[in-house]
Amino acid sequence: MENKPVDYNLIKGWGIDADPKNDPTYPMKHRTNEEQKGYTWDRPTQQPINIEVLHSNERPNVTAVFGTSTPPSGLSGMIRRYAFQYSENSYGHWLPLLLADRVNVVEGIVDDFINGKVPNILAEKGYKAEWKHNRTGLLQKAAIVGAISTVAFLLLRKKN
Amino acid sequence: MNYRGPKRVRIDHKPMPEIMHPQDAIVRVTRSCICGSDLHLYNGNVPDTRVGMTFGHEFTGVVEEIGSEVQKLKVGDHVLVPFNIACGKCAFCKQELYGNCHESNSQATAVGGIFGYSHTAGGYDGGQAEYVRVPYADVGPTVIPEGMDPDDAVMLTDVVPTGYQAAEMGGIQKGDTVVVFGAGPVGIMAAKCAWLFGAGRVIVFDQLEYRLEFVKNYAQCEAYNFREIDDVVVFVKKTTDWMGADVCIDAVGAEAAGNAMQTITGRKTLLQAGSATALHWAINAVKKGGIVSIVGIYGPTDNLVPIGNLVNKGITIRANQASVKRLLPRLIEHVQSGVLNPKALITHRIPLEEVSDGYRIFSAKLDNCIKPVLIPPSARI
Repeated sequence: MENKPVDYNLIKGWGIDADPKNDPTYPMKHRTNEEQKGYTWDRPTQQPINIEVLHSNERPNVTAVFGTSTPPSGLSGMIRRYAFQYSENSYGHWLPLLLADRVNVVEGIVDDFINGKVPNILAEKGYKAEWKHNRTGLLQKAAIVGAISTVAFLLLRKKN
Repeated sequence: MNYRGPKRVRIDHKPMPEIMHPQDAIVRVTRSCICGSDLHLYNGNVPDTRVGMTFGHEFTGVVEEIGSEVQKLKVGDHVLVPFNIACGKCAFCKQELYGNCHESNSQATAVGGIFGYSHTAGGYDGGQAEYVRVPYADVGPTVIPEGMDPDDAVMLTDVVPTGYQAAEMGGIQKGDTVVVFGAGPVGIMAAKCAWLFGAGRVIVFDQLEYRLEFVKNYAQCEAYNFREIDDVVVFVKKTTDWMGADVCIDAVGAEAAGNAMQTITGRKTLLQAGSATALHWAINAVKKGGIVSIVGIYGPTDNLVPIGNLVNKGITIRANQASVKRLLPRLIEHVQSGVLNPKALITHRIPLEEVSDGYRIFSAKLDNCIKPVLIPPSARI
């Protein structure tokens, strides 16, 4: 790709937001200098806590508002509850959460079947778009996976 | 939109969202983008991303219902909704750190609430839907100015402020050389905005030719394919009198390519919180005493970056989620005056019902995709 020198004087808006006083320490913070008086504020009304909300042990309470999407449930929920015994500073928090996420995927598939829905995983993965825009790549991938699977199958069969 | 597991999303019917707090609003979505940071969720890299969640933190919509304490918005207002959920009252909101609100995310203290961004960001369903619950409706949501294109408006919810803040955090002084890693929508916008702060030279690195071609024309900058360069850091040093750039911006985050070890440990095996290739390059390519601005998103655990060089070079790191509400007035001016033209980044307008394909197109960079926008059925009438 050829790159030519750019004359910034021709760029619309050049320098209009330049700020020589942009302080490197607190550029984004509107300092009120009230920090020294302690951190209290008039809390917003508390959203009724009528679902299970896990909260970080680095704070004393549930925030005034919170999301209500997908409360913890099942085995993944148990793992998540365990994870929240540990702080955000700990692998004991984050690694169990990642494990819970994976367990939750299996729970999701089971739930689909229980609810009479067969998940169309190829559609969920957007393979229609891949077929439309990257057919050669998709066929190559399929051929590679097919070849590896065949070799693995033959090797296993030979061993047995 | 319903997340079912890594790289699996689909459309499902979910119950209508309800007012759950007196400061809530219910918004009927008119536009909703897929963001590069949604790909971290989509790929299963963000802890506590639960099956059944609806993603989407960049959206506009029409107010359908308001809670009893909402005073500034009214039913029928067409609003753009910043991705940050902010109370406007806590110590951090008072300092205009709206991305760091302390009253919107119970699950983690390191980040404020974000729409549709896992339970690590508060557990809110997002805007890749027909309707969405919007907390603190008087704080973040902003009525779209008359005459503004809705495609421009939706880009003001995240992409434009994040790119702008990336440049702002760079503390760019007139004549500075600014290097931007990543030519995704945020990197493109950061490159464009670097000029507004007086940059003397703007250089962008990516690996996708179509994006490099786009950023070169859109942001009027230099653009290089790092796949064609032996060593990006040496390249930057060489082109800056062997000093390094004044400012480096990491506009990639956890999905970075370009270093096999980072890719394997960060993206394939999740041994670190994403691939930190861009940040690694940024630290090593900036000059001594320079500034590294980070807007790329990483997971909450650890990343492999050269901390020793950071100390020895005396580098200042500046990073945050964009404080959208703080920046909106200025950015609306820039869009209205034609200084910024964010809708030009939108390459794909996809029906919400085809969200699975939308994610695939964006994540696999198919069909020269730069920015996809999902449009719900009611907004297509």
